[in-house]
Amino acid sequence: MPFIPHTEEDIQSMLEAIGTASIENLFDEIPPALRAGKLGQMPEALNEMAIGRLMQERAEQDGRYLNFIGAGAYEHHVPAAVWQIAGRGEFYSAYTPYQAEASQGTLQLLYEFQTMMASLTGMDVSNASLYDGASALAEAVLMAVRAHKTSRRILVPACVHPIWRQVAEALVKNQGIELVTVPYCTGGGDTVAESLKHFEGGDFAALVIQQPNFFGVLEEVDELTNWAHSQNMLVIGAVNPVALGLLKAPGQWGGKGADIAVGEGQPLGAPLSSGGPYFGFLCCKQALARQIPGRVVGRTVDLDGKPGFCLTLQAREQHIRRAKATSNICTNQGLMATTAAIHLSLLGQSGLERVASACHANASLLVEQACLIAGVERIFSEPFFHEAVLTFDMPVADVLRAMEAQGILGGLDLTPYYPELGNALLVCATETKTAEDIRKFTENLERILSRHNSGPACTRLKPTATSKW
Amino acid sequence: MLIFELSRPGRKNPSQAPAPQPEASGIPAHLRRADKPLLPEVSEMDAVRHYTRLSQKNFSIDTHFYPLGSCTMKYNPRGAHQMAMLPQFLARHPLAPETTGQGVLACLYELQEMLKDVTGMAGVSLTPMAGAQGEFAGVAMIRAYHVARGDTARTEMLVPDAAHGTNPASAVMCGYTIKEIPTDHDGNVDLAALRAAVGPQTAGLMLTNPSTLGVFEQNIQEMQKIVHEAGGLLYYDGANLNAILGRVKPGDMGFDVIHVNLHKTFSTPHGGGGPGSGPVGVSERLLPFLPVPIIAHEDGRYRLVTEQGLPQSIGHLSAFMGNTGILLRAYAYARMLGGEGMRRVADFATLNANYLMAELKKAGFDIAFPQRRASHEFIVTLKGLKEQTGINAMDVAKRLLDKGFHAPTTYFPMLVPECLLIEPTETESKQTLDAFVAALKEVLEEAHANPELVKGAPHTMPVRRLDDVKAARELDLVWKAPAA
Ligand SMILES: Cc1ncc(COP(=O)(O)O)c(C=O)c1O
Repeated sequence: MPFIPHTEEDIQSMLEAIGTASIENLFDEIPPALRAGKLGQMPEALNEMAIGRLMQERAEQDGRYLNFIGAGAYEHHVPAAVWQIAGRGEFYSAYTPYQAEASQGTLQLLYEFQTMMASLTGMDVSNASLYDGASALAEAVLMAVRAHKTSRRILVPACVHPIWRQVAEALVKNQGIELVTVPYCTGGGDTVAESLKHFEGGDFAALVIQQPNFFGVLEEVDELTNWAHSQNMLVIGAVNPVALGLLKAPGQWGGKGADIAVGEGQPLGAPLSSGGPYFGFLCCKQALARQIPGRVVGRTVDLDGKPGFCLTLQAREQHIRRAKATSNICTNQGLMATTAAIHLSLLGQSGLERVASACHANASLLVEQACLIAGVERIFSEPFFHEAVLTFDMPVADVLRAMEAQGILGGLDLTPYYPELGNALLVCATETKTAEDIRKFTENLERILSRHNSGPACTRLKPTATSKW
Repeated sequence: MLIFELSRPGRKNPSQAPAPQPEASGIPAHLRRADKPLLPEVSEMDAVRHYTRLSQKNFSIDTHFYPLGSCTMKYNPRGAHQMAMLPQFLARHPLAPETTGQGVLACLYELQEMLKDVTGMAGVSLTPMAGAQGEFAGVAMIRAYHVARGDTARTEMLVPDAAHGTNPASAVMCGYTIKEIPTDHDGNVDLAALRAAVGPQTAGLMLTNPSTLGVFEQNIQEMQKIVHEAGGLLYYDGANLNAILGRVKPGDMGFDVIHVNLHKTFSTPHGGGGPGSGPVGVSERLLPFLPVPIIAHEDGRYRLVTEQGLPQSIGHLSAFMGNTGILLRAYAYARMLGGEGMRRVADFATLNANYLMAELKKAGFDIAFPQRRASHEFIVTLKGLKEQTGINAMDVAKRLLDKGFHAPTTYFPMLVPECLLIEPTETESKQTLDAFVAALKEVLEEAHANPELVKGAPHTMPVRRLDDVKAARELDLVWKAPAA
């Protein structure tokens, strides 16, 4: 019996102790009409060797590609120690640390995690993780609405991750909260004062600023933050934690700093893994601490005055406040916060900064090289971090298909998300890419495009205004 | 010692960082960070030693019996972990074309189909990232269903008072007001109160079964009728499905939507707080509203169905495909059990719970519902002990830690005073259960003979009892470097 240790003798003596003749009798309170037949769709049991082989075959079927897709999930080196430690049974198979004295390992680690995230984002407080970046944005929206008190409308630029916007919408709309879209600047690819003017004097609870934004472009965060604060709005900064090795922390944006910082924690030690598990982080200013959703760990003392850690501010949470809780979240992404804390400890300040710089350098090299190819342009003029939008004179889907055949995933086709951009590709290069990888990308791109164009020759002049690279 | 206290300025780990770059010239100075974030500067060995030592301060399933009620702390097979961590699975980008993910999608699709079978539902979406998000998805679908029919008067969700806190909190996130339904003295939902509560304002009922009191709702068919006749839909909180796997199917009982906690019933790890996974299953009438993506299998190919294919969907609940790696673990586990093994889980989870209940009764503990069978769990109430000795449920829980056992769930459900909610799971042997009974008996004796010993517990943990009032009053949530 897989994972059931009982011997025949155990079963008999247990039934005797209960005072019943069979296990079947233990189900006698279930109304007979409800008792189900067999599980008809369930296959036969496999042992570990057999299922291991099946999954190995399926993994090999999927293979490995040279990946240039980013768009919210980024390939980074994960030190071997990260998962060897996070995979220890003591972390892996523990529950939420309800019994603090028997969970000091998890609790101290989460306190360290909170410290690292608060410092990275320049905020006072962090929670112990949410599900992912997209749902963290939704929680930040709910928090801003609670804090603002009068408005239930939030300004969200169109250059915030499109799926995050959909997730936030799905999670908050039933509470009568409206997400109002701010158009992006078609030249710069960022959010600009002109588009915000239109919303001046309107009653909004918050402005969301994603840095870098979905296009990889860097926003003028100081200007945007000051504008929002002048309009009595809160500022929600949606940030990439690796980029924060180099970029100004939300807490330092503008005169007063953003009020809430959220993001996708995946770049801190979580493998891409087809989409999860990752984790969301949410940090905020002290004034909002009691509005924060999810678990929070605090430092306190024990009976002897010795420092120790426990879950705190529980009066906000569903198990105490039920219908009045700040969020419904219970289980979060604890093990991923664990990996993030270990990951950040192994990198340290200088390591994180180096990773960020290498990402930026590689993406810059890729864009520079790609833009030398006839028919390739970078469409936005504002500076970027480790991702950029390139346009072609042929459908992106065709380019990507041809690249896939060469073992390369060339980026994300933006056509379904931003059809107005034409044949636009979002491409990313992190520190994991070598100069050779980038050459492979550009050589293939050039070959694919030139084959496409090898009908009537058409030489195009490249506009200089947009091609900084 | 915190990792920050081990830190020394200038200590670096060059083997974990790329080569230094020339100035990042493309990033304007005013957008750059001027300060240094507070990240530890330690050697690789320092970090490994620090976190390994921290891990040793935890109780876990791999180290201790962990009978935490409503949490199903069963063994998490190591094989499932290894299979989900195959390098190709880990390397795959969530937005990579479906052509590059037929292997992983095959696993997910088959899991989706197996969950349909287990729940008796017409469709399943794997995307919710934990039980509470599954609840949100379920209630949002109920709302979308009513709204699609133009039935906008249904503003109220019925929730039994024994329900998990996430139930009312999730319904509120969907814009509903909550009406609580009381429990009767047998631990069932009070039928008369339910009848009195339903009406044209009723959007639905969120029922947990087996309930958090550890018993099967005996009037479930009647409840189903009452709510459906009033025009409401039925939500099944299937967070705790361990005792009914292959025994009853919520779909057969007329339920419209269910969520399942894979991090309980399907043995995926809890990771010290998560990640979990809370797939939702629905009946025919809610199929159009399922959260996306879901996985389809057509002409021998697997593909993701998104809002284009399911225009009435309640939408995306995560940026990509939920907690895929957790789904892979659940898949491997389900394949190792097979249909027979699933049913056996219910048999032995129930056997263990009833055996433990019987033994504790013999040992002098008060069972909250002694007239009932235990499902996968049951409740001991220490109200009598507290009256006699002043020792409460928390004291007993802490003393159990000293005896090498993780404590059961305490003070939940709130309706039973001084309660211990005990869930042994099927993966524990009779010998472990006997040792646990012996430990609880010892604590009971100590409570009478030496109450101070129990009040002061734990004595053998890395810390003694912590002051959680101080923690909440004098918030210390992040470490600050002492002023130089
Ligand atoms: C009965 C019940 N419902 C819902 C939940 C919530 O699940 P999760 O913690 O995965 O959000 C739990 C577990 O915590 C539970 O026991």
